[in-house]
Amino acid sequence: MPAFTPPSLPSDDKRWKIVNGTMRKNGFARHALIETLHTVQSSFGYLDDDAIRFVARTLRVPLSQAYGVVTFYHYFSLKPPGKHTLTICAGTACYIKGADKLVAAAEKRLGIAQGQTTKDGAISLMTARCVGACSRAPVTLADGVVAGEASPEAMLEQLERWAVE
Amino acid sequence: MNIEELEQIAESVRLENSRYDFEVNVCMDLACMSQGSDRLRDELVKAAEASGKKVLVRRTGCMGPCSSGPLVRVDPEETLYHHVKAGDAEAIVSSLGGDPVPALQCDLNEHFDKQVRVVLENAGHIDPEKIDDYIARDGYKALLTALTEMTPNGVVHRITESGLRGRGGGGYPTGLKWGTVAKAGGDLKYVVCNGDEGDPGAFMDRSVMEGDPHRIIEGMAIAAYGVGASKGFIYVRAEYPIAVSRLTTALREARRRGLLGNGICGTTFNFDVEIRLGAGAFVCGEETALLASIEGRRGTPRPRPPYPAVSGLWGKPTLINNVETYANVAPIVRNGGKWFFNMGSERSKGTKVFALTGRITHTGLIEVPLGIKLWEIIDVIGGGVPGGHTLKAVQTGGPSGGCIPAEMLGLGVSYDALMAAGSIMGSGGMIVMDDTSCMVNVARFFIEFCMTESCGKCIPCRAGTAQMYTLLTRICEGQGTMDDLDLLVELCDTVKNASLCGLGQTAPNPVLSTLKYFRNEYIEHIVHKRCPAGVCNIQAPVEVLA
Repeated sequence: MPAFTPPSLPSDDKRWKIVNGTMRKNGFARHALIETLHTVQSSFGYLDDDAIRFVARTLRVPLSQAYGVVTFYHYFSLKPPGKHTLTICAGTACYIKGADKLVAAAEKRLGIAQGQTTKDGAISLMTARCVGACSRAPVTLADGVVAGEASPEAMLEQLERWAVE
Repeated sequence: MNIEELEQIAESVRLENSRYDFEVNVCMDLACMSQGSDRLRDELVKAAEASGKKVLVRRTGCMGPCSSGPLVRVDPEETLYHHVKAGDAEAIVSSLGGDPVPALQCDLNEHFDKQVRVVLENAGHIDPEKIDDYIARDGYKALLTALTEMTPNGVVHRITESGLRGRGGGGYPTGLKWGTVAKAGGDLKYVVCNGDEGDPGAFMDRSVMEGDPHRIIEGMAIAAYGVGASKGFIYVRAEYPIAVSRLTTALREARRRGLLGNGICGTTFNFDVEIRLGAGAFVCGEETALLASIEGRRGTPRPRPPYPAVSGLWGKPTLINNVETYANVAPIVRNGGKWFFNMGSERSKGTKVFALTGRITHTGLIEVPLGIKLWEIIDVIGGGVPGGHTLKAVQTGGPSGGCIPAEMLGLGVSYDALMAAGSIMGSGGMIVMDDTSCMVNVARFFIEFCMTESCGKCIPCRAGTAQMYTLLTRICEGQGTMDDLDLLVELCDTVKNASLCGLGQTAPNPVLSTLKYFRNEYIEHIVHKRCPAGVCNIQAPVEVLA
């Protein structure tokens, strides 16, 4: 059997080298699929068709299987995120302490539903299953920074700060 | 590395620490960090340098009472400060050697008195990114003792003798599981640590991974020696970036010290561990789904048998235990199985870590001997329900568990007692609900969770949870009928008995337990079209004019 030559990188964007590095570290083994997709998402912010095709071909995984994995796991996103992301935790402790009011207030202010990004691409509104900061519920994350005992007022202030940028 | 070298490292840490007159420990767990404990630490370091006193400022893992955070403990006096702001750093440092700062001091003796710390013994005392700190507190001693003085069988026997049961929620006897993997044939076996803490409302495993990562690695290495494995995986949620980074550091340090790798401690034992990231799928907490995910596939469970102990990762015998289970291993090997067996209740041995959250005064992480009465946890350790509200229920076991009503607070917390009450021990989430919570809405919340998280492989779970969600929504909106309740019970029975994996089999628990203990709330919604807690948005019925 001839030795397998991995396909060339999709472009000379340096981030592909990071992606390739993850695959090489795992010996281009098929089981590195999820690890590699994580690297793509952390480098590019989301997974587009080109990226999924490239990873699938390099790891010799059927495209259907790669797409199946991407859509199975909530953590992977097929859409580019907004410039800023507001995440509201929807875990049980946060739910008991009124996370639904936070979601409603943010949806009203931004004019979008959870899981969407504003038309100008400025802000994405997401909910999380549980970030594990339950003792400080309800919790919001502004670009990944955790804020505990969040009030709708404090959250809306954060949105205002982003809006004037 | 051998026992003597380990002692030397421990000695040098003690020597280093003795150069300081005071130790200022700052909690750097996610909850305290979200309130700026990282800036607080920087300020403490600055203030300590400026003061000229001999002060060691140390970052530590979770100290427990997160609702009082950010927490700072000054040793050797063991003075605990709560709600510490970065601006308080100078006051704390200048008080060293004199009287403590009264405004920041807190009295949480009641909170701590009933607790017994085994898994959390190092939390709040060591820097999680320093392996030597762990070694100075008897770390890796159990591994070296096992490797040099015990046979693999002896290790398995000691765990069996301790009576330890799986801390992920199932409660399967750990020794029995280890024995099965040890007896399985083949020269390649795996050890897997389940750190996919998906239960919303639970964060015990996150805290252990962030606060004491070496304890997990040591437990896994001992397990690997016991069952004859040479490769390990830790499967962690991607939502826990701090845990991932601290585990990565810990693995690197352990390799550097020769505690992982080939020929550990001059023996023929080889073992190394890799981290695998989850990607946000609750079902991956189920063992066969978790294995599929490590193999890079969709996390769908498969029927058992064969159990992973016989055929797991890539078809090889695989031992899967939860983070907290591995965290119990080193103390058991160190202190003996009998020591552990003597703690806890009749059939539930040892201690259990709970994440106490919801409507309770002291939220945070607690560790209690099993068998403790529920009221002791809620009223004494937790400080009761704040704001003049009354306790309604305690939810345990996450989406797989149930709600225990306030009348049953006399219950002793053990695997069997919780099961008999219609809930489960689960991984350790304990969410307190008061009169502001609507139990029908709570049931709907959990069913919605299970519906979204169902992997879709088997029909009872995929379609059953969706139908239950529709029924519960109807009741919450005041559109339900009494027939819906019968239908709900019937559906629960089907989903419970016909689903493939634990997710589906336990999904009806929140509905069944609320139906059992809070049936009147369902009836209020259906017959009187009102939500007693005022949570559900029921439209007043339109008056039809004759």
